[in-house]
Amino acid sequence: MAKITFIQHDGSEISANGVAGMTVMETAVKNQVPGIDADCGGACACATCHVYVEPEWVEKAGARNPMEEDMLDFAFDVRENSRLSCQIKVTDALDGLRVKVPEKQF
Amino acid sequence: MSDVISTDVVIIGAGPCGLFAIFELGLLDLKCHVIDILDRPGGQCAELYPEKPIYDIPALPLVTGADLTARLMEQAKPFKPQFHFNQMVTTLEKRGDNDFLLATDGGLQFAAKVVVIAAGGGSFQPKKPPIPGIEAYENGSVLYSVKKMEALRGKDILIVGGGDSALDWTNNLQPIAKSMTLLHRRDEFRAAPDSVNKMRELVAAGKMQLKIGQVTGLKGEGGVLSGATIKLADGTVEDVACNAMLPFFGLTMKLGPVAEWGLNLTENLIAVDTAKFETSVPGIFAVGDINTYPGKLKLILSGFHEAALMAQQAFRYVNPGERLMFQYTTSSTNLQRKLGVN
Repeated sequence: MAKITFIQHDGSEISANGVAGMTVMETAVKNQVPGIDADCGGACACATCHVYVEPEWVEKAGARNPMEEDMLDFAFDVRENSRLSCQIKVTDALDGLRVKVPEKQF
Repeated sequence: MSDVISTDVVIIGAGPCGLFAIFELGLLDLKCHVIDILDRPGGQCAELYPEKPIYDIPALPLVTGADLTARLMEQAKPFKPQFHFNQMVTTLEKRGDNDFLLATDGGLQFAAKVVVIAAGGGSFQPKKPPIPGIEAYENGSVLYSVKKMEALRGKDILIVGGGDSALDWTNNLQPIAKSMTLLHRRDEFRAAPDSVNKMRELVAAGKMQLKIGQVTGLKGEGGVLSGATIKLADGTVEDVACNAMLPFFGLTMKLGPVAEWGLNLTENLIAVDTAKFETSVPGIFAVGDINTYPGKLKLILSGFHEAALMAQQAFRYVNPGERLMFQYTTSSTNLQRKLGVN
């Protein structure tokens, strides 16, 4: 179990328990976190689960895979700490993970 | 006004459930016209995950979205469906019992006895980047698709994106533009290598500019764009003069006009019964991801089941008073003849 905190655009925070093996996107959707649209349901095909990983977690969350890098072309305001949350697998090492949700996924 | 196309059934949406509905309706001799906003069949299977494997189609342990679409097209073929792509149904009006009039944004009109909404997550529409104030320019300066190339002749054009649409339009519009700038967030492109090479040749020949960065703001007055502020990859900020901007960030699904057709909705989904999958308006059915009922699962296989049951009631509307005999494709000579196998 890993506690994941989603920071909304207005600064409010929603925490959810992620189960190892699930993705951060699935954790968000299961807990009805606003701002994670996930149109494609996790196929890395839509870029509507875009998040900004808080700087202290960037390394632990890992690097973008090539497919994700391509798909980020369809996201807006992509930054160095941008990830697609459907491509971050929850592990015990990510207990405490903090990610920011963009103002709009589109 | 164009001629009205008359048919038994109009199916809105050419995704897997819409395609299978052609088959089920076809077995009952109902003729279908199918309308889709995309330029090809398959819906989400074509647009979102053509190459991704699907594992939960009965008897197909693994099939890609593209393959599933191709197989459903083959299965529907004996019934000679008429497809109308690149069209969004904008209005649906009930003129009388079993008499509906539909119109599309492309100017087509249909008269149908039955309407089947198989629109999945709604209509695919271009993603609009959330740049502050962009709405003010959407009536002419900011375009999400190119309907008439001539309208862009002599313009200072800024194209944003790195996919096929962005690169194709960069190359196609460059010859008629006054100036052309392509902006992309990285110096790598997912577009076809041929079009990327062509773009790089144009840049090398000094005929256009390529900038690596992202748009942060727009400038202009009275809805007329004069420039875009862009943040380059190295962090510097600059303005690009442009009076036309074309952002290509892919497509997203919006419920769209369906919401305005007077159907009972539950949380943006169309409420249906579970015997006929009919909406609150008799003669209008909804199958697949766009409908909802107690226990609904958004699975392709559920949509197939829904289409089969829907077809039974659709037959009754199109052929009032006629007896409907249930038959199996394995044993019915009549059905096999329709399928062209007997």
